[in-house]
Amino acid sequence: MVSAVMNRGGGHASALRSSLKNIAQFVIVLMTTLLGLAAVTFFIGRVVPIDPVIAIVGDRAPAQVYERVRQELGLDLPLIQQFWIYLKKAVTGDFGNSVLTTNPVLTDIANTFPATLELATLGTLIGVIIGIPLGILAAVKRGSFIDQFVRVLGLAGYSIPIFWLGLMGLLVFYAKLGWVAGPGRIDVTYSYLYTPVTNIVLLDTAMQGQWDAFWDAVSHIILPACLLGYFSLAYISRMTRSFMLNELAQEYVIAARVKGLSEMRVIWRHALRNAAVPLITVIALSYANLLEGSVLTETIFAWPGLGQYITNSLQNADMNAVLGGTLVIGTAFVLLNLVSDLLYRLLDPRTR
Amino acid sequence: MKSLPKFILSAAMVTVMATSFTAVKAATPADTLVQAWQSDDIISLDPAEVFEFSASEIMGNTYERLVSYDIKDVSKITGQVAESWTVSPDGKTFTFKLKPNKKFASGSNITAEDVVYSLHRAVSLDKSPAFILGQFGLTKDNVKDKIKQTGPLELTVEVDKAYAPTLVLYCLGNSVASIVEKKVLVQNEKDGDWGYNWLKTKYAGSGPYIMRDWKANEVLVLERNPNYEKPTPLARVIFRHIKETASQRLLLEKGDIDVARNLNPEEVTAVSKNPDIKIQSAPKGTVYYLGLNQKNPNLAKPEVRQALKYLVDYQAIADTIMKYKGDVHQNFLPKGYLGAETSNPYKLDVAKAKELLAKAGLKDGFSVTMDTRSTAEITGVAQAMQQTFAQAGIKLEILPMDSKQALTKYRARQHDIYIGNWGSDYQDPNSNADTFAANDDNSDQAKAKPLAWRNAWDPGPLTAKTRAAVMERDGEKRAQMYKELQKSVLDDGPFVIFLQQTEVAAVRKNVDNFVLGPSFSDNDVSQAKKN
Amino acid sequence: MTGAPLPLASQPSGMRAWLLSPEPHSRWQARLGRFYLGWRAFSRNPLAVIGLGIVLLLILVAIFADVIAPYSPVAGGDLRTQRLLPPSEAYWFGTDDQARDIFSRVIHGSRITLFVVVLVALIAMPIGLLVGTVSGYLGGWVDTVLMRITDIFLAFPRLILALAFVAALGPGIENAIIAIAITSWPPYARIARAETLMIRNSDFIAAVKLQGASTPRIILGHVVPLCLSSLIVRVTLDMAGIILTAAGLGFLGLGAQPPMPEWGAMVATGRNYLIDQWWVAAMPGIAIFVVSLGFNLLGDGLRDVLDPKAAK
Repeated sequence: MVSAVMNRGGGHASALRSSLKNIAQFVIVLMTTLLGLAAVTFFIGRVVPIDPVIAIVGDRAPAQVYERVRQELGLDLPLIQQFWIYLKKAVTGDFGNSVLTTNPVLTDIANTFPATLELATLGTLIGVIIGIPLGILAAVKRGSFIDQFVRVLGLAGYSIPIFWLGLMGLLVFYAKLGWVAGPGRIDVTYSYLYTPVTNIVLLDTAMQGQWDAFWDAVSHIILPACLLGYFSLAYISRMTRSFMLNELAQEYVIAARVKGLSEMRVIWRHALRNAAVPLITVIALSYANLLEGSVLTETIFAWPGLGQYITNSLQNADMNAVLGGTLVIGTAFVLLNLVSDLLYRLLDPRTR
Repeated sequence: MKSLPKFILSAAMVTVMATSFTAVKAATPADTLVQAWQSDDIISLDPAEVFEFSASEIMGNTYERLVSYDIKDVSKITGQVAESWTVSPDGKTFTFKLKPNKKFASGSNITAEDVVYSLHRAVSLDKSPAFILGQFGLTKDNVKDKIKQTGPLELTVEVDKAYAPTLVLYCLGNSVASIVEKKVLVQNEKDGDWGYNWLKTKYAGSGPYIMRDWKANEVLVLERNPNYEKPTPLARVIFRHIKETASQRLLLEKGDIDVARNLNPEEVTAVSKNPDIKIQSAPKGTVYYLGLNQKNPNLAKPEVRQALKYLVDYQAIADTIMKYKGDVHQNFLPKGYLGAETSNPYKLDVAKAKELLAKAGLKDGFSVTMDTRSTAEITGVAQAMQQTFAQAGIKLEILPMDSKQALTKYRARQHDIYIGNWGSDYQDPNSNADTFAANDDNSDQAKAKPLAWRNAWDPGPLTAKTRAAVMERDGEKRAQMYKELQKSVLDDGPFVIFLQQTEVAAVRKNVDNFVLGPSFSDNDVSQAKKN
Repeated sequence: MTGAPLPLASQPSGMRAWLLSPEPHSRWQARLGRFYLGWRAFSRNPLAVIGLGIVLLLILVAIFADVIAPYSPVAGGDLRTQRLLPPSEAYWFGTDDQARDIFSRVIHGSRITLFVVVLVALIAMPIGLLVGTVSGYLGGWVDTVLMRITDIFLAFPRLILALAFVAALGPGIENAIIAIAITSWPPYARIARAETLMIRNSDFIAAVKLQGASTPRIILGHVVPLCLSSLIVRVTLDMAGIILTAAGLGFLGLGAQPPMPEWGAMVATGRNYLIDQWWVAAMPGIAIFVVSLGFNLLGDGLRDVLDPKAAK
């Protein structure tokens, strides 16, 4: 059956051609998605019953100040016109200024996004490194003790409120045991030892040879990263198990076994290879989820990331910041999805 | 997948490194005070714009004003940059003489030119707090004639009416009237913005500390001002933004911070048992109240307004949910203000409330909503009231929302009941009387939106009385007028005032002279030191 | 069942034979037969049965909440003396910051949880399934358009979108449900599409096509059932996520209104007392945990039964 489908595809050359065509498509896709994203966020933002002027001038401002700011923000114009003005500026890279931080939104994002990226990447790495082997093991030894263990581990990860676990983690590993540093990204005393270049603290400190600062940053990130890693692991190991079971039940696996291939070879070379295809989507989804879903973790660990930034901004009707932040996370998400889609097509013979 | 073992190896390495990492520092540096607080309300560090609690505390520690008051007795007004002042016989012109050798952090001298520039700037920029000066008839157009330099160290301020002098002085002691260095701001001016876009995140003052660095929602660093007359014992004060109170507590108990500013009552109780930590508190000029919208026909009935005042278990709330955070207080002037009334006649009395409701024709109670900001303490208080209201048959529905949203609704007079707090803008009783007891225009199009207006309440003769009290120059008589105003609002006003806020901070024992003052700009770390 | 069946046992045995008949006389009989087989497979998995037990218990508790709960879930006791009491004989789970019995609140909270979970699943799953299968099966511009829409919604930070919707719609549990549903369908659509892409080219679909089946019929009759299994796994897996998202909204004050005993909101309140009065957050937290576990175990068991590809 596999070979029959393969024949319809054609060789590697056509795969490459179609993937080049795909890339062109992807750019268009990215653009339309972002436009839709901007439109939805923009209009929700205008429907939210919060007066953005109050967010700027405060509650006690006299009427003329209020009116002036309202006009400065262009809030007296029709909605469509406001959106058009926003788009025109956004294309030139001007997302306006944040009310809360007074900085240009782009500057804020350049400061906060790397923090989120750092945390989510580390979390996903932990999830992948531990989750995939666990998932495979569970699938191969289906019904065994290890399978039950992975299942319980995964289910627990799915059922525990993240902020509860985070606070407990802080209580145990920071307050009681003193193994890790407390909330925050790096200790203030170290934060002036290096110059932020990438704003990814681990990279910056390491590249500048500030090893004390580096280790301080490590001790800060390890707990939240493990926490996110655990949730990622729960998902990835579970899906790995599920996909592997699927593959192991396929005819070709049985055929391979019948042919006398070693069990290791069957699992790693054949089953995993095919399971890897949907798994990429899962990892991308999980990564994207961590990117956007670390809001609560960021709150507990006082992590100055994008999730916290957007939530704060939303609650204060700081719509420029919400729009900018949402667009960035949205772009990251779309890119991840497109890449996983591309790999999906390249790797899976059946979808060619 | 060949590289998998390598992944596992590096993962193992990371794990080993992480667990072997035990070199967590024991304490903060000896010359640095580290505080944890919730500072997401800071939107600017320009004194002409600062109007929120956290930022005004920074202003208090980094800038100076013409006058200030004794934080133990706010009625004692003293010069800060001013050496002395006189008031003209007609009560309209104030002449200030400056201290001769005051310096900015940059090292240059503070001159009358700087002071005049600062006041012109605050009025002309016309940001949120500008009305504190603007209420004396100062506008963008006339300020240059009204506030004038009359000598290298002398200036005059002319107000439009003969106000009570203390009112004018308190307002000149407000953070909006902070003195900024003209030279620096002129250098950083762009398109006639008075250097506003620069100063929003920078510093140009003369206070005990220099504002060194501010990363919004992350950290704010103050550094000793070497040119201050009495250099601070500490080299540095760091304010870390930590939103979670539980995190603040952990950091404090661990010694990673020296002061935790936002602990909840249970956390305060818990840390007070820690021998390394002490609790400090100070009453603030903020009152908690319910605003009853008079557009709601039920709430508009005087009996209902009064019944609700009997349906709050004031003492139980102060003793439990708001323990350490407030004391029972039912009048609109906070304790410590001129004329403040301290009697609290109302207490929970369901029978009396039922009687009043029956008189209003609402024997079986009624349903009403309450816009509630979703913070732990406000929600807690709201639920406690929900229970006591229910005892008299009033079905209170709590509508949780975030503060900006609640405010938007409140200012549009679309609420039934609003639960909130009101902090005085300056230490004069007019600040609160003006909002609780005066409403010049109760129409929907009104320009001014005092609390009386927001609750659609026309206080009738009280408005005129409030305006008259401002002009009374005899302190005793003035105090009496405010007492009468408070009595009227207490009896009949659409406000159920229930608490006066207390600010509480948990401080590590080795920190001395950390001062919480009566207003947020009086929270003072200039003499704080660590042993 | 060896030897001659006793007369009394002949009825179930005959029933069983009827159910397992290799030549069912009606569609109905065939379906029941498949269901019976499924149940046999399902009941062999003890964890899955436990999961089912938990979910059934949840339903029972929700129905009989008034009978089970010893106190009122909303009216509290004396703030001074009955507030934040640790678990005791009088208050099994302790009391909260409003002096309310946490046990009674947890019992009544089951109703809200059930309501949220069922409604979100009922709204989100059909949308995701339809969008995904149609998109995957038809391909072409339909696929492009539908997937663009899905991507737009997927690209949203989920909690933020839910927050924004609740902020726009106003607070309250119904609006929270709508917001969560709006944000949860896109992953289902993608999974359904991915599955459909696999199925679409398979031989049996080609066979059905040759028999002249219409496109809607193929999608609804053949593609949807095959996607259903992996979707059900995903939805049951998401149940806990839905509960936790609702908790997140409650935590930000935008979910259930106080004093509703919504578990998430209770945990959110309890986090203020987490370190010293652990029970306030722990009890509803455990309730969430147990119910999520139940749904997850059930989902797992169902997966083995419903997913013909994985069933051995």
